[in-house]
Amino acid sequence: MNFWLLLLVEVVVILVVMLVGALVTIYAELKISAHMQSRIGPYYAGGKWGWAQPAADGLKFMQKEDLVPAAADHTVFRLAPYIVIMSALAVWVVIPFGPDLVVRDLDLGVFFVLAVSSLSTLGVLMAGWASANKYSLLGGLRAAAQLIAYELPLLLAVVAVVVQAGTMSLNGIVAAQAQTWFTVGGIEISAPFLLKGQIIGFVIFMVAAVAELSRIPFDMPIAESELTMGYLTEYSGIRFTMFFLGEYASMVAISAIAATMYLGGYWVPGLPESTLNAVGPFVLLAKVAFLVFLLIWFRWTWPRLREDQLQDLAWRWLIPLGLLNIVLAGIFKVVL
Amino acid sequence: MLNQYFGDYITVAVFMAVGAGLVGGAVIASRMLAPSRPGGFKEIAYESGIEPVGGGWNQSHIRYYIFALLFLIFDVEAVFIFPWAIRLDFFTELGNGFLILWEMVAFIVILVLGLVYAVRKGVLRWE
Repeated sequence: MNFWLLLLVEVVVILVVMLVGALVTIYAELKISAHMQSRIGPYYAGGKWGWAQPAADGLKFMQKEDLVPAAADHTVFRLAPYIVIMSALAVWVVIPFGPDLVVRDLDLGVFFVLAVSSLSTLGVLMAGWASANKYSLLGGLRAAAQLIAYELPLLLAVVAVVVQAGTMSLNGIVAAQAQTWFTVGGIEISAPFLLKGQIIGFVIFMVAAVAELSRIPFDMPIAESELTMGYLTEYSGIRFTMFFLGEYASMVAISAIAATMYLGGYWVPGLPESTLNAVGPFVLLAKVAFLVFLLIWFRWTWPRLREDQLQDLAWRWLIPLGLLNIVLAGIFKVVL
Repeated sequence: MLNQYFGDYITVAVFMAVGAGLVGGAVIASRMLAPSRPGGFKEIAYESGIEPVGGGWNQSHIRYYIFALLFLIFDVEAVFIFPWAIRLDFFTELGNGFLILWEMVAFIVILVLGLVYAVRKGVLRWE
């Protein structure tokens, strides 16, 4: 097929996946938090179970005035949400939904994911600085400090996976998990990396992912009770919605990355390889749904950490543990 | 047919452009739907309902700059680890996997010593 035509199809499909994924996640968060904390969740919008609540919210925000504070740096203030959405969308380029169902299987793979997803830090810092508001400035600085502190454990957890798989391409990582691990009585056993010695790595990755997403228990950058909404304080209407959308889209994307690296992605043991292109997307979706549920569960269960406890956790525990994990993965690789 | 390498990165660029277009489109749609009456108190910085004291860009103690320095060092080191991680397979098959492994262990031990030094120096202690 023509390069540009194929690209158009890919862009449309990924846009739909990202937007629907984000809306479903927002709805799931409303409903699950309602059940977990015995509150009344959305009930009316769209008839049954309030399923249209996220779309209704989006339409409502669209009709609100788009305010820019007089003292703000207008250009930077307006540009910040663009950066966040650009980074949230570009991550999807490398996520494989099946052996052939990937937009571009870049050789850089996971490295590209880390580079592009850390771009959103820039958007957040821009928003915090440009608002000319004390809450926003503090929130933006906290966000920057938090995102760089937890970028490292994330990076180190990924290195251990790369050691084990011997490649950075996400498709290659899935293929490495599908390989036969050992045979028992003629039956070939293969397992995802989570069961092949990457448990520490998975835990580090998930903790760092929660911190990168600035969700409770790591939500100091937007802590409502002390900073109102941090870098989002001055945003209203559609620009606020864009930050909100980007946050939930990244949540789905990072769950997809974790599912691909540790849970086998679109592959599941026992499924013949010829069916993976058809069944793969649903397998991946099921794993993503599980991880997203975990993230929502964390948020409505734990209290917020203090800022210095956050830095302490990253630098004193997660980074040394991540380095140890790399050494273990290397020994594992060389000895076996 | 476009070159594979450039095709890949044109794709990435197109996705970024579409992301920007998405925000741009939403902003334009909102401009048509939403009222716009600028001016007045709503343009003042929000400070929990009282009038703001001083400007928004006040000087404040940024405790994070030392973390930024630490991050820079560790990030560069992490970039060194990636090529090693990919080539470990290759050297293991050649039969000198252990040599390559111990070289990286030495590198990581030196990194950890640096981190221990920073922690003992009290970088992480706030008062």
